[in-house]
Amino acid sequence: MLDKVIKQKLVVIGNGMAGIRTVEALLERAPDLYDITVFGSEPYGNYNRILLSPVLAGEKTVDDIMLNTVDWYEDNNITLRKGETISMIDRRTCEVVTEAGERVPYDRLLVATGSNPIMLPLPGKELPGVIGFRDIYDVDRMIKASTDYRNAVVIGGGLLGLEAANGLMKRGMNVTVVHLLDTLMERQLDPVAGGLLRKSLEERGMVFKMPAQTQAILGEDRVTGVRFGDGTELPADLVVMAVGIRPNFELAKKAGLYCERGIVVSDTMQTYDGRIYAVGECVQHRRQTYGLVAPLFDQAKVCANHLAMKGFATYDGSVTSTKLKVTGIDLFSAGDFAPGPDKEEIVLQDANRGVYKRIILKDKKIVGAVLYGDTIDGPWYFQHLRDGTDVSHMRERLVFGAANLGEGGVSGQNSVAAMSDETEICGCNGVCKGAIVKAISEKKLFTLDDVRAHTKASSSCGSCTGLVEQVLAFTLGGDYSAAPKVKPLCKCTDHSHDDVRRVIVEQQLKTIPAVMRFMEWKTLNGCHSCRPALNYYLLATWPGEYRDDQQSRFINERVHANIQKDGTYSVVPRMWGGVTTPSELRAIADVAEKFNIPTVKVTGGQRIDLLGVKKEDLPAVWADLNDAGMVSGHAYAKGLRTVKTCVGSEWCRFGTQDSTGLGVKLEKFMWGSWTPAKVKLGVSGCPRNCAEATCKDVGVVCVDSGYEIHFAGAAGLHIKGTEFLTKVETEDETLEVIVALTQLYREEGWYLERMYKWCDRVGLEQIRKRVVDDVANRKALFARFAYSQQFAQTDPWAERASRGVDRNEFAPLAELELA
Amino acid sequence: MTSWIEIGALDDIPRLGSRVVRTPGGNIAVFRTESDEVFALDDRCPHKGGPLSQGIVHNKRVTCPLHNFVIELASGQAVAPDEGCTHTHPAKVENGIVWLSVRQAAAVS
Repeated sequence: MLDKVIKQKLVVIGNGMAGIRTVEALLERAPDLYDITVFGSEPYGNYNRILLSPVLAGEKTVDDIMLNTVDWYEDNNITLRKGETISMIDRRTCEVVTEAGERVPYDRLLVATGSNPIMLPLPGKELPGVIGFRDIYDVDRMIKASTDYRNAVVIGGGLLGLEAANGLMKRGMNVTVVHLLDTLMERQLDPVAGGLLRKSLEERGMVFKMPAQTQAILGEDRVTGVRFGDGTELPADLVVMAVGIRPNFELAKKAGLYCERGIVVSDTMQTYDGRIYAVGECVQHRRQTYGLVAPLFDQAKVCANHLAMKGFATYDGSVTSTKLKVTGIDLFSAGDFAPGPDKEEIVLQDANRGVYKRIILKDKKIVGAVLYGDTIDGPWYFQHLRDGTDVSHMRERLVFGAANLGEGGVSGQNSVAAMSDETEICGCNGVCKGAIVKAISEKKLFTLDDVRAHTKASSSCGSCTGLVEQVLAFTLGGDYSAAPKVKPLCKCTDHSHDDVRRVIVEQQLKTIPAVMRFMEWKTLNGCHSCRPALNYYLLATWPGEYRDDQQSRFINERVHANIQKDGTYSVVPRMWGGVTTPSELRAIADVAEKFNIPTVKVTGGQRIDLLGVKKEDLPAVWADLNDAGMVSGHAYAKGLRTVKTCVGSEWCRFGTQDSTGLGVKLEKFMWGSWTPAKVKLGVSGCPRNCAEATCKDVGVVCVDSGYEIHFAGAAGLHIKGTEFLTKVETEDETLEVIVALTQLYREEGWYLERMYKWCDRVGLEQIRKRVVDDVANRKALFARFAYSQQFAQTDPWAERASRGVDRNEFAPLAELELA
Repeated sequence: MTSWIEIGALDDIPRLGSRVVRTPGGNIAVFRTESDEVFALDDRCPHKGGPLSQGIVHNKRVTCPLHNFVIELASGQAVAPDEGCTHTHPAKVENGIVWLSVRQAAAVS
């Protein structure tokens, strides 16, 4: 682009978190589109307002909470006019007017004026010593007061009031909290949790006067006390009003923009004037105003998309969660927890341990949660709340949390606050808690994605994701930006997996570039996350028609072997149902010797793994195995892997059915099929379950009267027993149900989503209805699977070993002998 | 002193793919982008030595197959916030033929 091109002018009023987050997101999407000018009344760069409480409490410094220093604005060619206030927006001429009278033109305007603390209209409210709690200036004044005076009164027993009171107490003041109602934090807590909170704050020395109405603030030259409705008085040298915030929309209102309780914006964050956008605490969206960080960030992202002229994102409102930032008190609340006739509650109360948990359900879904004392599972409940998960299948254990349901990961370790800095959080990448905390504070990280990018924690297997989110919550004091409700497929798009699958069908899209074009991918060729996903979706949607894109497959599926850490490969031939023969074993032994294969290992899936094969040897190794009648075991595939069996009625004195034979039958029918993630089967000949069928993706347990079909188990990252699907009487019915189930999963699962995750998301009942109860649907699913198998059941090894497919893949392009 | 060596036809490298050139100093991965540009890098990820030639190519980047480090093909630099750099070698296409100039740094492997 030429330097001389005149850019559009974007003016931002407000240098707070919402405005700057929007600018950051805009720069990511369209770095050169605008000349950006930011006006901020405060004499600082952008800082993290939610961390003012720890600054007041002396746990952090002002420098710790700076998000964007003045250098950042310079580096990004943004004109920062700090300490300058805008007094008027002239919509007719498209200009803003500063207090000094200077007129600055805009093409687009972003209003992010935030909010002001509500100052109660009490007599004496203008006395020195009466302050709000909103910015660094307020905190400075409070810190100063704490060194000069003794008695503080905080009006307001909400989140902000309690954090202010705690900070002042830590600075040595006697603090009384005055609250109008009889429950603390009544917007976030129910009376029981409010009572527990009050008790533990009292134990720390905080004094409460509640319910109490403040009538006047007393004093001549400076505040000296407070008088209440009942006539009593309290001495006070400092009065902090923390009864709430009020969206700051005066400027917008004066300019004639439509405002109610805030500046009214549409789902695209536009005000009634299309050139003017608004984000943050000053806006009202679908009748809601927000005072927490996560929603502001959601809004910022949408607004940036529109400013960048990539007009596809919409903001649908946010569900928020809260955590009190008072060190040593664990409190979490989310969603709607007011009692109602259509709501059900699950409550766990253990007074001696100081633990209280209340989960509110409506229509089988979590709609609210209040946790006190043990908030480890807060993010987990919140995730289910936002996802609208059907939790009926885990209802009886729900209140005990994720670990109890086997979702806490293999370590089962999960009290983040109690962990030492050396505790390893991410076992895959060896990242310990201290490193994550350090990265979060030093690099100003807010989201899970940020932490993944900077520390690699939770970026491999993902089983520590919950823990990492807790470390984030713990480090940032709770108000971090949780992952969005609808997850985009990857960073190349804002569309979800479901959107992509739906559009592929609706629009008859049949190539990866067509999908990317139609859905306006943000990157040229996608990335290593989305390309394999799209390839699978197209393959599963258009069997026989879609041409598999090898370059969009992960290396293992491209070369039909598993890459090892040293760049060699491992080779696993199929052993149907785990049954082999002397001649197969002899052939494997011969191959291992002939190609100097260093390791031969028996796998957990009842097969044999040849490890350390050089890439260029693969076709020859396969040719020898093919000659002995063996084919690829797809041990590398997001597809059907193994069918583990026990010996069953053929040999075993307890066997009720021919489990081995059934396993072989299933494997012969299903091999070669691609699925969203790997699929492992097990068939046990009796309930002793020697094939461990009840922790497989699909498991059959034979009984005397027939076959029990189970599914959605896991014994890897998570340990989870299967769910019982149905019981049938014949092998043919077993095959039909399992194949139909797998096909439904192939059609609906998200790429890399294991069957148990899919079941969690969609719901067991939903699946049973379509696979078991609706017989016509079951048969249709079976037919679709069978159809696609025609194109899938070609041994990829034979194609490459003897039919020359992908020959280039296995040979070097050239061999150079340099001097 | 750039001495160019002919290493093969452009069409022998798949679009958005890579082929390996063996040298006494170690393998060099030659990449082809969607728009038929070619780039050559040592076939070693700066992270744990993974073979970059086996990765997924997107735009002018490749993702290492071992731990998903993303490497810029033009510079060999890991994409932030990851850190590290892989040696690059000059490569060009003329009339459908790919030419490579091996920089001796590759000999250190």
